[in-house]
Amino acid sequence: MPAERESRLGDVILRVEDLHKRYGKDEVLKGVTFELRRGETKVVIGPSGTGKSTLLRCINQLSVPDKGRVWLEDVEITHARTNINHVRAQIGFVFQDFNLFNHLNALQNVSIGLLKVRKMPKEAALARASEELARVGLAEKACSYPAELSGGQKQRVSIARALAMDPKLILFDEPTSALDPELIGEVLEVMIQLARGGMTMIVVSHEMGFARAVADRIIFMEGGGILEEGTPAELFTCPRCERTGQFLRKITELYGETDGQ
Amino acid sequence: MSFFEFTGTVMPRFLGAVGVTLELTAVGIGAGLVLGLLLALMRVYANRVLSAIANVYIQFMRGTPLVIQVLVIYFGLPPYFKAMGLKPLSSLAAGCLAMALNSAAYQAEYIRGAIQAISSGQMQAARSMGMTKTQAVRYVILPQALRIVLPSWSNELIYTLLYSSTVYFIGLEELSYASMKVASKTGRVFESYIIAGVMYLAMVILLSRILAYAETRLRIPGLSIEERGR
Ligand SMILES: Nc1ncnc2c1ncn2[C@@H]1O[C@H](COP(=O)(O)OP(=O)(O)OP(=O)(O)O)[C@@H](O)[C@H]1O
Ligand SMILES: [Mg+2]
Repeated sequence: MPAERESRLGDVILRVEDLHKRYGKDEVLKGVTFELRRGETKVVIGPSGTGKSTLLRCINQLSVPDKGRVWLEDVEITHARTNINHVRAQIGFVFQDFNLFNHLNALQNVSIGLLKVRKMPKEAALARASEELARVGLAEKACSYPAELSGGQKQRVSIARALAMDPKLILFDEPTSALDPELIGEVLEVMIQLARGGMTMIVVSHEMGFARAVADRIIFMEGGGILEEGTPAELFTCPRCERTGQFLRKITELYGETDGQ
Repeated sequence: MSFFEFTGTVMPRFLGAVGVTLELTAVGIGAGLVLGLLLALMRVYANRVLSAIANVYIQFMRGTPLVIQVLVIYFGLPPYFKAMGLKPLSSLAAGCLAMALNSAAYQAEYIRGAIQAISSGQMQAARSMGMTKTQAVRYVILPQALRIVLPSWSNELIYTLLYSSTVYFIGLEELSYASMKVASKTGRVFESYIIAGVMYLAMVILLSRILAYAETRLRIPGLSIEERGR
């Protein structure tokens, strides 16, 4: 199984090298290095306050790292001369609390990036946005405003919003943590479809069912660094670090095994 | 002369004065909105220096009476205008300018409050899809902030209308000044002021209606004040 998964992965699309980030006197990231390959789903787990969100935010420069480099293909994102807006348009970001634009309906939320960032003509943008809404099962909610959607629907719209930009990869920061348990499934289902469809993604999540089902590799972070990285099979059956095993047992106990399918 | 005959004879003069009042209000609120928006954006998004400049301006305009501002602009500035080879302002221009400069400070504070009430996640989401900061402000932050600010802005419009009578200090014949002159010239004091009062009231009601309509038209679920709950 792992071998079969490995084989469908492409070349390296994202390279993170020795990333450091400090808030005040807390060093939140203490030198994080990893690679992400085309088509890979990487799940990042780790205790609260470990720097998982900070890591994602440093990748697309929503937070500026103090040291270290990030490459998207052969473009160094962290280089001062790189047009960061151009890079961000190629990296989707899905937030824990959705952050849908409250004044726009679902269709407008999904199309605004195409219109304003990609400068696509209006009709083409709306057509594309409708397609993406349909892909997450929300075609009939096109005209609903965020306040009129459930949490699960909001998160699916926000995934559609990311997808519409044709991103090279998508970063998910605990996409199901703000959801009521009964709404988690519908969002995970969309993400599983994406992963199986070959989307490249980094997912910070404690949904172990999801990780088992679609993660190519899992990163275990603690204290601002990567403690261990491996395939789900490696980490779940015989983690190299005692801490990883402990943490996985704790999470499984805490969150249960939301069935990944 | 009956009250109605009296009303008929003074009406042209009152209507002319209403025109001046409306002009002061429109320019005051309109130009004030443009400048107020600029000041609010400076306060929230500009560097420390520009933000401080905006802040000083706002504090100064809100901390001094409108009448002083009107007097300074009409009587205080002309010597400097002359020195620069400019023509002095007409009383109407000076009145409009004072109203706009004053209202801008209040509107800036309302708009700043509305911008800051919007969750930082909105900006992050906009930036993360590749929008520039300017695009994010224009397409994501301001459309929400301006909707949130609409109710306080409606109040500001009513205040601007009512406070426009302040320009009577520079001899500009708007509605209040007109009614005072008519009252003293005709001796029919009570009637003169009642007519002016009713005219103000009519304008206030009309403007409130228009704004209430605009609010319903622009309402978006989850964004208007009423629907935000407690
Ligand atoms: N903007 C910020 N300013 C100051 N400190 C911050 C900021 N963002 C994060 N931190 C701190 O950095 C540390 C790591 O935060 P981060 O959100 O990356 O952790 P996390 O692993 O995502 O945790 P969680 O699982 O709770 O989301 C925390 O101690 C947090 O308080
Ligand atoms: Mg986090």
